[in-house]
Amino acid sequence: MVLGLDLVEQREAVRSRVGLLGHSNGLYTDLTITENVAFWGATVGASAEEVSAAVERMGLAGRLSDVPVRKLSAGQRRRTALACLIARRAELWLLDEPHAGLDAAGRDELDTVLRAATAAGAMMIVASHEMERAGALATRMVEVAGGQIRGQIRGQESGTP
Amino acid sequence: MSGPTSTRATRAIGIATIVGLIWFVAFGLFLSPDDAVQRKGVRILYIHVPSAWLAYLAFIVTAVSSAAYLWKRTRSLTWDRLAGASAEVGVLFMGITLLTGSLWGRVSWGVYWVWDSRVTTTAFLFVTYLGYLAVRGLGGSHEQRARRSAVVALLAVLEIPLVHFSVEWWRPLHQQESIAKGKLQNLMLFSLFVGVIVFTLLYVWLVMHRQRVLAMQDALDDRGLEFAIAERRQEASL
Amino acid sequence: MTSFAVTKLVAAKDLRIELRSRVLINQVLPFAAITMVLFAFALDQDDLLVRVAPGLVWLATLFSMLVVVQRSFAVEAGDGALDALRVAGVPAQGIYFGKAAALAVQLLVLETLLFAAAFVLYSSRFDGAGVFLLITSALAASCGLGLVGTLYGGLTTGTKGRESLLPLLLLPVVAPVLIGATRATEAALGVGRISMQEGWAWVALLVTYALLFGIGGSIGFGPLVDDTA
Repeated sequence: MVLGLDLVEQREAVRSRVGLLGHSNGLYTDLTITENVAFWGATVGASAEEVSAAVERMGLAGRLSDVPVRKLSAGQRRRTALACLIARRAELWLLDEPHAGLDAAGRDELDTVLRAATAAGAMMIVASHEMERAGALATRMVEVAGGQIRGQIRGQESGTP
Repeated sequence: MSGPTSTRATRAIGIATIVGLIWFVAFGLFLSPDDAVQRKGVRILYIHVPSAWLAYLAFIVTAVSSAAYLWKRTRSLTWDRLAGASAEVGVLFMGITLLTGSLWGRVSWGVYWVWDSRVTTTAFLFVTYLGYLAVRGLGGSHEQRARRSAVVALLAVLEIPLVHFSVEWWRPLHQQESIAKGKLQNLMLFSLFVGVIVFTLLYVWLVMHRQRVLAMQDALDDRGLEFAIAERRQEASL
Repeated sequence: MTSFAVTKLVAAKDLRIELRSRVLINQVLPFAAITMVLFAFALDQDDLLVRVAPGLVWLATLFSMLVVVQRSFAVEAGDGALDALRVAGVPAQGIYFGKAAALAVQLLVLETLLFAAAFVLYSSRFDGAGVFLLITSALAASCGLGLVGTLYGGLTTGTKGRESLLPLLLLPVVAPVLIGATRATEAALGVGRISMQEGWAWVALLVTYALLFGIGGSIGFGPLVDDTA
């Protein structure tokens, strides 16, 4: 069960509420930031205000939002992808090595927005090799090795992971 | 898992095929009469017609197996491998059909090719099957390969009648065809019949062996994957 | 979100990308025009060119279509957008029809310009009587090509070695469209010995083709793009 929905029976419903961000960003590089976020927002019927709010939350508002994605830095693209997750109203975020490919400034930027997003209500699972950085972000940490959960590093013990 | 893919069944079929082939050669090359018009040239038909029959049979088997794979209740990789084996044998015989058909056309009408629906559709089937085999070779897991090629095979079932009808309306069947088929004597018909039976046996024998080889290849791949997973687990526990 | 809404969204997105990047105008169109010129070099006879102009226009369309289809899926594969859409649960049928619609529109633009090129390069004549047939056949053919192109484009998108399969798979499948569209166009332009009535019969074939592959594609597209290798 995920988000109150059965994982097998209600697969499509689960998918639409979960946001996955792997090492690719899922963006259309010829379109601008706003157009990408608006596209993803439209898949759930988001309004124009929601779209611009998502863009702003990720610190991409202003003239930057009309730049085609292919001209952006890796960090900016990452933030655009996260803005798409917000516009899509994803409730559960699955982030796979979100800091990969970013320089130090980019990583700090990312941490700020991740904190802001959780503060706004999103639930996040982050897979990362960077124990320190992930540790600074997380309320709960679990170690995984060889495909198996090895143990909790921090956080409350609860029934389901 | 090693060793040959023979079983008692394939040995029985194999022997029947060889015996049948000897009998068939006897009829085809010696016992059946020459055609009044084409003389010895008509004997090409003894390979051409059974090959064509086989090619279409193989196509049908591939299509049905693909459907069987896609339908949840009968999903099994055996259907996928059967579809693949049938396609490989089918492509071979489609090539033979086109080649012998072309030679026979030269002998009877003086042309190597004719743009009518039957010939053209067979050529299209040949190319489509080459594409199907290429898709099978794209890689990925066995299930991915199976699903992908099953969809392609069923799309081919959709495509071939459309090709046939559009070529048929474009260039209706030549008159020469009906004349040529009309005058086959009894012994020739019998030889053709023998040919069809023998080639079907040959098809079954080839497909059974090939399907088993494919199963062995898949098992080998799986073992390689299990080994890699076991290694990864091991290195994690170090 | 309903499949129809997704269709509109995806079609608009694809066309917007094309307007922005202008690949059709800048790359495909010159390629198609050069093909038309090369046909003239190969065939070398002016009255022959007029006679075969319809076939050449549709041939040039088919060859150009390979490029347009690959472009249509390159924008999806570039940053994993199509995978992201499917993982997010966006209905595959909607994506399929949306991309097919955008592809059909682009092909229509291409065909219009190629017909104009035929009038210029091959001195094709057109008296206006068959204009309705011409437009309808182009529409029907483009729909069929859009649907089939999107379907096989989805199959061959992705990792290396798959793109080179597109011509081998697609060209045999579109042969009925080539035959039907060329005959209908010949009827509309009054070349050859084909009547308008026959031309309309060919349009019926084109429509049937589009319907059959539309149904086949809406079922097959999802399974084909959902595998990840």
